[in-house]
Amino acid sequence: MTLDAKIPSGSLAEKWDKHCFAGKLVNPANKKKYSIIVVGSGLAGASAAATLAELGYQVQVFTMHDSPRRAHSIAAQGGINAAKNYQNDGDSIFRLFYDTIKGGDFRAREANVYRLAQISNNIIDQCVAQGVPFAREYGGSLANRSFGGAQVSRTFYARGQTGQQLLLGAYSALMRQVHLGKVTIHTRQEMMDLVVEAGLAKGIVTRDMRTGAIASHAAHAVVLATGGYGNVYYLSTNAMSSNVTAAWRAHKKGAFFANPCFVQIHPTCIPMHGDYQSKLTLMSESLRNDGRVWVPKKSGDKRPPDQIPETERDYYLENKYPSFGNLVPRDVASRNAKEVCDSKKGVGETGLAVYLDFADAIKRDGIETILRKYGNLFQMYEKITAQDPVKQPMMIYPAVHYAMGGLWVDYDLMSTIPGLFVLGEANFSDHGANRLGASALMQGLADGYFILPNTIGAYLSGCAPGVPDKSARVFAETEKNAEAYIARLLAIKGKRTTDDIHKELGKLLWDHCGMARNQSGLQQALARIPEIREEFWHNVLIPGTGKELNQSLERAGRLADFLEFAELMVTDALDRQESCGCHLREESQTAEHEAKRDDEKYAYVSAWQFQGPGESPILHKEPLTFENVTPSQRSYK
Amino acid sequence: MQSKKIDINLKIWRQENADAQGSFEQYSLAGISTDMSFLEMLDVLNEKLTLEGKEPVAFDHDCREGICGMCGAVVNGQPHGPEPGTTLCQLHMRHFKDGDQLVIEPFRARAFRIEKDLVVDRSSLDKIIQSGGYVSVNTGGASDANTIPIAQKTAEQAMDAAACIGCGACVAACPNASAMLFVSAKVSQLALLPQGHPERRERALSMVGKMDELGFGNCSNERECEAACPKGISIRHIARLNREFIKAALFSE
Repeated sequence: MTLDAKIPSGSLAEKWDKHCFAGKLVNPANKKKYSIIVVGSGLAGASAAATLAELGYQVQVFTMHDSPRRAHSIAAQGGINAAKNYQNDGDSIFRLFYDTIKGGDFRAREANVYRLAQISNNIIDQCVAQGVPFAREYGGSLANRSFGGAQVSRTFYARGQTGQQLLLGAYSALMRQVHLGKVTIHTRQEMMDLVVEAGLAKGIVTRDMRTGAIASHAAHAVVLATGGYGNVYYLSTNAMSSNVTAAWRAHKKGAFFANPCFVQIHPTCIPMHGDYQSKLTLMSESLRNDGRVWVPKKSGDKRPPDQIPETERDYYLENKYPSFGNLVPRDVASRNAKEVCDSKKGVGETGLAVYLDFADAIKRDGIETILRKYGNLFQMYEKITAQDPVKQPMMIYPAVHYAMGGLWVDYDLMSTIPGLFVLGEANFSDHGANRLGASALMQGLADGYFILPNTIGAYLSGCAPGVPDKSARVFAETEKNAEAYIARLLAIKGKRTTDDIHKELGKLLWDHCGMARNQSGLQQALARIPEIREEFWHNVLIPGTGKELNQSLERAGRLADFLEFAELMVTDALDRQESCGCHLREESQTAEHEAKRDDEKYAYVSAWQFQGPGESPILHKEPLTFENVTPSQRSYK
Repeated sequence: MQSKKIDINLKIWRQENADAQGSFEQYSLAGISTDMSFLEMLDVLNEKLTLEGKEPVAFDHDCREGICGMCGAVVNGQPHGPEPGTTLCQLHMRHFKDGDQLVIEPFRARAFRIEKDLVVDRSSLDKIIQSGGYVSVNTGGASDANTIPIAQKTAEQAMDAAACIGCGACVAACPNASAMLFVSAKVSQLALLPQGHPERRERALSMVGKMDELGFGNCSNERECEAACPKGISIRHIARLNREFIKAALFSE
């Protein structure tokens, strides 16, 4: 099988327009005869479901939460980018495109990223029309801030709750369609499997998390908007139930998984405090706009921060990267934090933290200004740590945050299974090897509001309209397999809890497949993962039954998939013997110990094809070509 | 603050399913770090129960950052526990003392069915939003975002209201199990912003009507909702909702 991304021909700026025109349309009167399943109700899922329903399609939404508004998009803090150039500071669609593709370290498709930048402006218009309360200037126009390494102010925000406000906007649009009878919402449902018949996605099998009932749902197309897989590391900034299950099970049914080793480690998280820690909390990196990152110059200096004089502090980002300073991209900030901590300059009880200091900003702008910008973040920090960032510097440390990898999709956002579309963090499409700040919200909403609604018609127009049929034997078989799978999990009755095994997997990956990787570490991990998986299938202890609300069973099912996925992630990391984007491959460094990309050998998207349990997956390479930008070695010095 | 270890006693509501009779069960935990979050303490309890061959306590939670609105339980009579402006997931054990007894119950209201233990069904809140908590605008036709200027103060007030996380603590705190604070937050956000004006009358009438229909009680100015709200939503929004509702009821055709 050769991968065809179906990138339209023509100049970059015309591709999307041309493509929309070239795609077949579904007759408006016929749209109601097509039904679409959307799994996941975050930014991508909710915006897609609402928009598809507005167009006239019959939409069914499935969420594992009690309400579509709970999806983890809600936790995004900092903002959303758009190329509006409202600040007249030199921004443009091309600049947003360029920054995004460069930020992704030239491992994304030009055409996709350019389209994202083009659509970014429509997203802001749409959200404002919905009543999203973005921050405003005194004159009433929209406010912007510079964010995460950008040298223009193009980030729109709603305090530190931008994700919440955008999600509630999409959620309200979705609720409107429920009211109009165009969308049916199925809450507390987990997707057990994708149903594929004659090579086409035909529906899903779900489990009702309240009763354990397994059921089939048929549709003309299935849309996965099920988020990222960061929780494979156990500790991450993801929500507790964020998982790879839907994507992984689709992968096992034939959808290729792209770039699974691309995981973003976010530099500004609250450091870990104990073994019982259940998750890590991100502090928006907008904090780096005014906070200064430092550690003591001397290794092992245990004095409290206020007793370390200015001359004995190492503002290592400002010193090393004078033009970007504290605003270097996430991977550079994360890697440097790890580096200083590895050299025993880390602070706090664990030594796994660096300071983020607001003292100078408060002196310069006054405490009121700083609190207006970051008040809610300061409060959040204080709630967790019992320390006030106004009085003493914050402590931060990197944590797993975002998965750039995901199911492979073409320009239409369709996976390698015709009829299966993948949106948002669940796909791999736009961020390359590293995502810029404030770009996740942009991509989720671009996919859902504007791209999928314009591309899905071309697929649907080739399907026969009418009520989709779920009487095919494949539905009953998939249901039976799901039942058997649950029974098999419950029958293990071993001695270790799911979390205990998950922590072991997470630590292994953090140590060997985190910010910095090398061949021997990755090989160790690759050898160990099947052993942990074996341990899980022989020794996990899941209390309760399958016919009730059973949160232990839900977690175990997710871990079972993470245990398979982890192997693919490490396999992908082993294949990619270059430093790139978020990760440093230790064998591939410049003389100054900076990451060294290898365009000659690795300018491709790795798309993995499942071959069966325990079998080596097949690697397909989608070459990346750059006609409008020249890949450069990133330098932030 | 230095972390330390404390012992605590827990009295937790256990209920097998919506139809079962529930009751309190007593548990004790030793050596709980005061740096732990409340939900991490429940994790520790659940790991212990699992290894003892017992059924762990079901509770809803997800982001553990105080924003998804999924978590929530009544702790010693207070929804989300004793710390003001804090969701249960952001509550830390440093606010409790060695030997404390904590009584943990689900959010109780006629409109919230108990699914299991501390897990409740809050889909009634979604139904209220479905009845009008939106601006009726389809994707695609929006004008440039800067076309309508909105005073900074107005935008900030709208944001104050929009900060609601839909956790339902206001309902659990209210002696009438009213959802007025929840409804008012959405009505207020959209009444403040020009985008919400064309539908403001219908919105106020239908959202309040839906709330009544779903079995939520009336507001009798107890202000318990405001005290329990983890996001500090003010009852001034209820006053605005009342104005919106009266205007709509008196002047609608």
